Formats: sequence, C-alpha cells, structure tokens
Amino acid sequence: MSGSGTRVRNRLRQLIGVTAVTAMAATAVACGSDGGSNEESSSGGTVTLEFAQWWAPELPEGSFDKLMTEFTAQNPNIKVKLLSGPYASTKQQLVAGAASKTLPDVVGLDGAWVSDFAKQGAIADLTELMADAKYDSGQLASQIKIKDKTYMVPVVNFVYPLFVNNDLLKKAGVTTPPTTRTQFLEAAKKVSALGGNVKGWALPLDTAVPNGVQNDVMSWLWASGGSMLTEDGKANLTSDQVKGTVEFVKSLNDANVIAPGSLTMKEQDKVEKFTTGQVGMVIDSLAHITLIKKNNPKLNFTVTPIPAEDSYTGKRGIPYASWGIGVSNSSKHKAEAFKLVEFLMSKQTNAQLSTLANGFPGNKTATPDFTKSDPLFKTAFGIYQAGYPANEFVGLPKSEDLMRSFDEQLQLTLTGKQSVDDTLKKAQESWSSDLS
Amino acid sequence: MKLANLNPTAAPPDTKVASQTPAAAGSGKLRFFARGLVPYAYLSPTVILISVLMIVPIAMVVSYSFKDNVIVEENPVLVGLANYTKVLTDPDFLVALKNTFVFITVSTVAHLVLGLTFALMLNTSLLGGVTKAVFRIIYILPWLFTVAVIAVIWRLLLDPSGVVNYLLTTVGRMQQGVDWLSDPGTALWALTFVNIWAGFPFFMISILAGLQGISSDLYEAASVDGAGAVRQFLNVTIPQLRPVLVSMAVLDLIWTSQQFALIWMTTGGGPLNATEMLSTYTYKQAFSSYEFATASASAVIVLLLSLVLAFFYVRLQKER
Repeated sequence: MSGSGTRVRNRLRQLIGVTAVTAMAATAVACGSDGGSNEESSSGGTVTLEFAQWWAPELPEGSFDKLMTEFTAQNPNIKVKLLSGPYASTKQQLVAGAASKTLPDVVGLDGAWVSDFAKQGAIADLTELMADAKYDSGQLASQIKIKDKTYMVPVVNFVYPLFVNNDLLKKAGVTTPPTTRTQFLEAAKKVSALGGNVKGWALPLDTAVPNGVQNDVMSWLWASGGSMLTEDGKANLTSDQVKGTVEFVKSLNDANVIAPGSLTMKEQDKVEKFTTGQVGMVIDSLAHITLIKKNNPKLNFTVTPIPAEDSYTGKRGIPYASWGIGVSNSSKHKAEAFKLVEFLMSKQTNAQLSTLANGFPGNKTATPDFTKSDPLFKTAFGIYQAGYPANEFVGLPKSEDLMRSFDEQLQLTLTGKQSVDDTLKKAQESWSSDLS
Repeated sequence: MKLANLNPTAAPPDTKVASQTPAAAGSGKLRFFARGLVPYAYLSPTVILISVLMIVPIAMVVSYSFKDNVIVEENPVLVGLANYTKVLTDPDFLVALKNTFVFITVSTVAHLVLGLTFALMLNTSLLGGVTKAVFRIIYILPWLFTVAVIAVIWRLLLDPSGVVNYLLTTVGRMQQGVDWLSDPGTALWALTFVNIWAGFPFFMISILAGLQGISSDLYEAASVDGAGAVRQFLNVTIPQLRPVLVSMAVLDLIWTSQQFALIWMTTGGGPLNATEMLSTYTYKQAFSSYEFATASASAVIVLLLSLVLAFFYVRLQKER
C-alpha cells in the first residue's frame, strides 16, 4: 500500500511539474503577445505611457530620448516608454494594434492612416481631450479632422518643393529654375537633350508604395490651387484641373524627358538619380537635403516652388507629409497622454523638434532655428510661408489604396494603353466607392 | 462464495478491491487518472505552442473569410461565401493566380535544371579538388544573401542605366537599354530570373549530396554493359536521384508560391499587375485596402493550394 502510494505521489508530482512548466510557457507566450498598455503601467502613482513612433530612428541619435527626459522632468509622475521602429514596421504594428484594440497610449500617425483608425475607434477624439485640458488649439498650424472631430495633430511638417540641379540646368542653357509648366517642360527637354543617361525629371510610380501619386503627380495640381475633391469631400477627378495635370504629366512622358523605369521606380530611386546627377529636377522632401549632400557633397542644387499653370497667379499649394500624433482610444491614461501631446506641441519643444528633424513646426508660434541648418531650409521655409500646405490625401479613407488605383490607371495612360479621359473616368469610379 | 468463506486470502482481486476502504479506492482512481494524464502533460507545451502560433491564427483567418468588414468593424456579420466569390471573380486575383503559376513553375524547373547541371559539374572527376572547392563557394554565394540584399543588387543591375543594359549595349546585343523591371512585357521574366538566381544553389547542394551517395559500382556495371555517358546519366543518375529531385521540386513549389519579400522589394506587383502574385495581392488587400475579409479569403485559397502540394510531399515521403 505504501509503495503504490509513493508511485501515485511521484506521478502526481511529475504531472504537477509538467503542468507548471506548461503554464509558465503559456504565460510567457501570453505576456509576449500583449502589445498595449496594461494594469502594471500605473504603479505607485507613476504612470508609464507607451509611445509608438518612427521618429526617433530618423532623428540624431539620443535626441528624442532627451526630449522625453525633459518631459518626465516637467511631469515627474509620468514616464514615457518609447516604442521606436522604421516607418513601415510602425505602420504594420499600429494596424495590428488598432485591430486588436491594443494600441500604445500615444501613437505617431501619418495623415493617410487617420481615417481608417478613427473609423475603427482605435484613436481618441482629441477635441474632447483638448477641452478637458483647456488647451488652446489656436496655436496649431493644422488639425486632421474626421466629421469635425480632431484625431491627429501634425507635429512636424516636411514639405516637397522642386529640387533643381543648377549645374545641369546651366549646362543645358536654362538660366533660371522654371516657374510655370511650360517653362518646366522646356527645361526638361533641354536637360534631356544633354544625352547620356541624363533626363529632365523623375516620376516614381511604384505601386508597392504609391506615394508618387501624391508627391509627384497631384503636387502639380495643388501648386496651381487645384483640388481633386469636391467641396463636400467627394472624388472630383474628371475636373478640368485634374485633367490638365494628367495631360501635363503625359506630355512630359511623350517628350521622353522622364527618367526610364518610372513604372516601378521608388522614392529612394528618385533621390538616388537626382543625387548622382542623372536627373535635372525632382519634387522631393526637404528631409532628403542632408542625405543628398552627404552622398554627393559636390552637387550644386537649390529648391524652388513647384511650377504652376502658366496663367495661375494665386497662392501655391505645396505638398507635405507630417509626423502626426494621436492618442489611443483604449488608453487608460488619456489625460496623461494628452500632456505628452501638449509638451511636443509647445512653442519651445516644437521648434526644437522641427530643427532636429529638418522640418517645419506644427505650432504656428514656433520658429525653427536655421542658424546651424543648411541655407536651403531657410529658402524652403520662405516657400512654405508664401504658399500653403496642401495634401488632400490626408484624412481620406484608404488613402494608399486611392493612390494605388490612380497610379494603375495613370500607368495605362503613360504606356499608351488608355486615354487620359478613360483614366480619369475609371479612377473616378474607383474612388467614388471609397469616398461616397 | 463458499471458497471465499473458507479461505479469505484466496479471494479474487476484484473481491479484495471491493472490500477496500473508500480512501484506498479513491487512491486507485487517482493513480489511474494520473497515469493517463502524464503523456498529455508532456505533450502539452508543444500542443499549446502549436495552438497559439498556428491553429488559432489559421482558425481566425478562416473565420474572418466568412465575415464582412472584419477588424475595421466592431461587429462584423457572417456573409457566407461572398468574400470567396468576390476574390475569385476579381480580375486582379486571376492575374495574380496566373502570374504565380508561371513564376513558381518556371522557377522550380530552372532550379532543378541549373541545380543538377552545377551539381554534376562539382561532382565530376575531371576537375581538381581545389577548383571544385572554389566553384562550390562561388556558386553557393547567391543563397547566402538575404532577400533584401538580393533585391537591392538586382534593382541596381537591372536599372535602365544599370550594368546589365550597359553590357548588352556595349557588346552590341541591343541598340537601346531595356526597362527590365518596369516594362510589363519583361518584368515577370526578370523577376523570375532573379528568383532562379537566388534559389538554385540550394538545389545544387542537395543534388550534389545525392550524387555523392550513388554507388560507383552502378556506373561500373553500366560501363561494362556498354552504356555511354548519356545512357549512364539517364539510366543510373536520374533514377537514383529521383527521390531527391521530386522532394526538392515539391518543396520548391511550396516555398516559391509563398515568395513575398523579393517581389515587394523589386516591383511591388507592378508594372500594371505584371508581377502581381497571390502573396502581394493578399498583402495589398489587407494593409492597403484594409479589406481584411477578402484578404483572409485570398489567404485561405493560398492555404488550400499549398495543402495540395503538401499532401503530395507527405505522400512521397511515406512512399520512401
């Protein structure tokens, strides 16, 4: 009896041991899969906010951590845990987090994601948080709203002027950068006539990341004060202005002044071709100035406003991309999260962050410090102030999908498989289902 | 019963158990229960991990494929096979299906032919040991690069102003450079070529191992029977390699059908859907269109196609 009892005890001990190990493994897996803030984020009166963004890797090393340390010094009961990664992986993590309602407390946002996240109820209405915090939103340069509710505040804006290779243009006999579409076409023809691998312009239309439609195609429309949407936000691609823009891009293609390979060209290829002097002019982000100068210090280039329609005399829209910020709807510390938003949007911090990022501030009262920056940033700031930031894709639902469908139709036109009218008609049909 | 009365010690075991105390009976049941559970407890870590990492996600994706607006809507509704109908009648999906078929078939055949050719070269007695070692290192290199590196290298090489066009125009094979990855007529073939380049070394090494396992007696016997090199290759080498070749081919079909990174980083499915594959189609549905339901339906179709290939692979393994 005692022998069998011992065996039973041994077996039970084994069973308990195996079960305990299994439970630990399962717990580890469960812990590993928890992506959002949890009960333990608040302990002893101190709140730890999780802040997911792609900004820290793009700033000088340690500079964003330093700003967070300043925030904690001002708010001793709030700590910030940075979740930093490249843009693409941050997007994927946020899409997954939005789906599972486990978004970090504070999230870096691109305007293109806002509509979809807001529709899912994943990001909080900042209008309410601003009211609760008695925040003066008048100092904000812009707010991204869906149905009159603010969901994203642009922290830093990166504008996309026209980059011009001065040496190539001079060599081609073009003395001043073009200011109208006709001048641009002529300049591009002259640069392309230099021969070799040199072309006048680069048009990246890769469909994997179809932001070429926004930065390199629609920018021509916005520069002439045009719009791709009706006043009530519906698609308006068959308008004369959009048609004029697409016909202009087609005329550049027909004149053979666009660098070859544009149908699968990516943004980085465009920058590379400009840097190596293979392309005379590109529409590009100011954020690339440092990269271009680092890779080719001898390149003599400047930035100018994007050329407009010949008869246009109004203010020019200049495309931009933002580092936006939002608060998770599932955060248990929304008030503390908004304090972080307030800190980043404050006059001093916003100016500091804009200077570090080589961008323009989201706070109207903040002024970036150009004393240590490249003189081209000051030139670009002048262009920015003379015009207005224009990016109609910001806040649209499925904006990347809209760009892609337009991209695919435009490619058919550029390869001679479809007329401009058919392209715009089909793109209009495709957009109408998403923007109804 | 009489016997039991005369000699209680000789009572049958069941009688003895029946006469035990309730505590002893409970201990017996516990022992039986514990003995039965121990194997399951040992298996449980694996079962839990497979459930969490495979079964649950697959089940979720399958369930998503029967609902409408999953993930983006709080309360998605069941829509039956509507997502499957939508996907299977989508011209882009059908193009992706056709492209995937061409991509995986040509890649696999080329991997086999190139792998076998180079393996035969590295197994020949005509080359010295050092020469073979050098070639072995050179040939294995493409397989050592990560997909990102391969994509960058070939994007540069196949650029309209890249090395390939320069060489072809310099030697006079072409008057003008070709937009290899940007021309809808050449993009799929250029991409397939890159995939072949990246994948053939694995075939080469596997087939080389198979070749080195073939007994030289077989070749000697064939030689004595008057078989020449070609006859020996067809009647000795190929039959001996058949299990390796078939297994590798089936595995390659599965692996290539799941290729995503290389396509995404080179052409992104373009131009004009010329290189759209099932993997890129599914990704775009999910992360660009936020149509997670149709993406799930597409993923389930890919899963079913992969299962067919996996079925043949498992059956081949059993036969061996």
